[in-house]
Amino acid sequence: MSEPQQPVVPTAPAAVAATERFAARTAGMTASEIRALFAVASRPEVVSLAGGMPNLAALPLESLAVEVADLVSREGQIALQYGSAQGVPALREQICEVMALEGIKADPDDVVVTVGSQMALDLVTRIYCDPGDVVLAEGPSYVGALGSFAAYQARVVHVAMDEHGLVPELLRQALHTLALQGITPKFLYTIPNFHNPAGVTLAVERRAEVLEICAGYGVAVVEDNPYGLLGFSGTVYPALRSMDRDVVYLGSFSKTFASGLRVGWALVPPAVRDRLVLAAESATLCPPSFNQMLVSRYLAAHDWHSQIKTFTEAYRDRRDAMLRALETYLPEGCTWNVPDGGFYVWLTVPEGVDTKAMLPRAVTARVAYASGTGFYADGFGSRQLRLSYCYPTPERITEGVRRLAAVLEAELDVMHTFGTTSRPALGPTPQRNGPQAPSPHTP
Amino acid sequence: MNERTVAVLAGGLSHEREVSLRSGRRLAAALRDAGLDVREWDMDASLIERLRTDPPDAVAIALHGGEGENGSVQAVLELLGVPFVGTSAPACRRAWDKPTAKAELSRAGLGTPDWVALPHTTFRALGAQAVLDAMVDRLGLPLMLKPDQGGSALGAQVVRERSDLPAAMVSCLAYGDTVLAERFVVGTEVAVSVVEDGGDAHALPAVEVDAVGGFYDYTARYTPGAATFHCPARLDATVLADLEEAALAAHHLLGLRDVSRMDAVVDADGRVQILEVNVSPGLTDTSLLPIAARTSGLDLGTLYAALVEQAVARA
Repeated sequence: MSEPQQPVVPTAPAAVAATERFAARTAGMTASEIRALFAVASRPEVVSLAGGMPNLAALPLESLAVEVADLVSREGQIALQYGSAQGVPALREQICEVMALEGIKADPDDVVVTVGSQMALDLVTRIYCDPGDVVLAEGPSYVGALGSFAAYQARVVHVAMDEHGLVPELLRQALHTLALQGITPKFLYTIPNFHNPAGVTLAVERRAEVLEICAGYGVAVVEDNPYGLLGFSGTVYPALRSMDRDVVYLGSFSKTFASGLRVGWALVPPAVRDRLVLAAESATLCPPSFNQMLVSRYLAAHDWHSQIKTFTEAYRDRRDAMLRALETYLPEGCTWNVPDGGFYVWLTVPEGVDTKAMLPRAVTARVAYASGTGFYADGFGSRQLRLSYCYPTPERITEGVRRLAAVLEAELDVMHTFGTTSRPALGPTPQRNGPQAPSPHTP
Repeated sequence: MNERTVAVLAGGLSHEREVSLRSGRRLAAALRDAGLDVREWDMDASLIERLRTDPPDAVAIALHGGEGENGSVQAVLELLGVPFVGTSAPACRRAWDKPTAKAELSRAGLGTPDWVALPHTTFRALGAQAVLDAMVDRLGLPLMLKPDQGGSALGAQVVRERSDLPAAMVSCLAYGDTVLAERFVVGTEVAVSVVEDGGDAHALPAVEVDAVGGFYDYTARYTPGAATFHCPARLDATVLADLEEAALAAHHLLGLRDVSRMDAVVDADGRVQILEVNVSPGLTDTSLLPIAARTSGLDLGTLYAALVEQAVARA
């Protein structure tokens, strides 16, 4: 007769460090010297031309305070409660009115309100991309988008721009090359207006062609348009979505109203909507009711068109200050674009300068910028940097560019000493000194 | 309840601001847990006014890099007669400048990797290629390049090929005007912290650093999981004793006070090679002194509260 079996008690597993449980896709989420340096950039002594913070100084804060108080006292029970995962219906209707300015005819049922358009981008990537899928994006592209694509392990293939934005022929070539490898990208991610970081705008005559090329290869288009209403000449360009109802359109109130409220949206084809809402629900249950209702009241009761005009006038003054300073101070061999809206100047520095490696010198000189490599997924951009003119005053911008010029001179001096000026650079080559559009860049 | 008030200084404008803020938050929380009344102050134009209008019993410096370690803040505190935890201004200046500290250590017979420190102007005046060739002839490859001042491995890099040296020099000189080139020592990377208790300095157990990528750079230092620590270090008892002796010798030789940390490599022959000495050791979640203190059964708050008492008693 056999002995009664002892119950098998699993032995306690060896202690596992929390960090060993991380998913492989988070491997790139590490501390970095560059992020450390940006901690210094937040100090007032530093002129930060790095971040894209909207300038909120012109907002009517007193009347907004009244609106907030009224919202709490009259509708607090709703504003402070959970809401619909898709967003407040009244706001979704108003969002359609905002998009109508860019020629979009939309049904509020196809609008999904999100916690900033960054979340919309994250959700769209989540529902479209499996690990290894290819996404097309302009080169350079928005760093936050590249972060989302990396988080879902999508591979980014960049398509170059010129002074008129994305180059259709290069888009066609990229798609053809991928097709030969049996690859159909999941979507083209594009910022057609006042691009971040390149500052250029996709020419109107190219828009239909871009849509046609993507349709021909069965590739979806994700149009990210946070700056569309911030043109300096008053021109509002027709959205890609106004030409094609299958385009996924991402919008935001961060630049036209208040970035801290984190209210953005996605306008999606009906076939996509339900899945996007479910994804949104699993991420946040619902976007903040209070913030949505405040935006809704703002749109209903305030002259937001005039407010946007006020914003753009301020941004135009700042852009002008930056362009004047660049012309005045920068050394030979620098080129930059002249943005007609938005927040950014994209600067190409003399050959051999690595803008990421130069950043400590800049921070020591009390000026900060965003180095170009962050805007590429493939290591390009070492010779570029993004300058934001949206937040500092014109006087601070001038001072910041003056400091940057001194930093560049010092860097060139050291490079000359070590003979690294002829070091092969990653990125486009400037044609002449002074303002110009980014040169084509083929990864 | 300890009635002591202490101001933790953190932040500043050095490249290590982020690390300093983390150290400061951790130290402040630890001191509060130990019952002290803690203020957390950045190093900015309001500091002197704060020290005058709301004078603490002592200041605990959690600044890293620049003014926090080069003796500037210490000199101002000495000027104002404010007691502070840590090394005096003149000794900070000595320890902060790596070539100066290495020269003193070397003169005293302590091991430190062979080195040369040169400013950009020398390379420009004499011709960079000739100087770099001489540097490689003397130190060999690979070699370590680092700014002559600064911490957290910012700007530090291992150069393996002669052809990579010019670009590496340019990157390194973005952090300061002088480069310290050091013979690269293969071995076990360790850190030994020293704390003073009354007049007696004693060493905490050595912490061995095993960086996942092989190089204990900024990412490895401040990304949890990017380096594995062993405390005490997995070394022979004689080597551990040598490490302790070296850390204490460096602490005394350079005139350090209250607390310091020696970073070193134990080479293949078991010899201790001191890389640098820190007057304001990191106190973040992944920093080495807190690991050593924990291994010794020391609570960080209790440890620093005692140092605060020491600073007050010194005044």
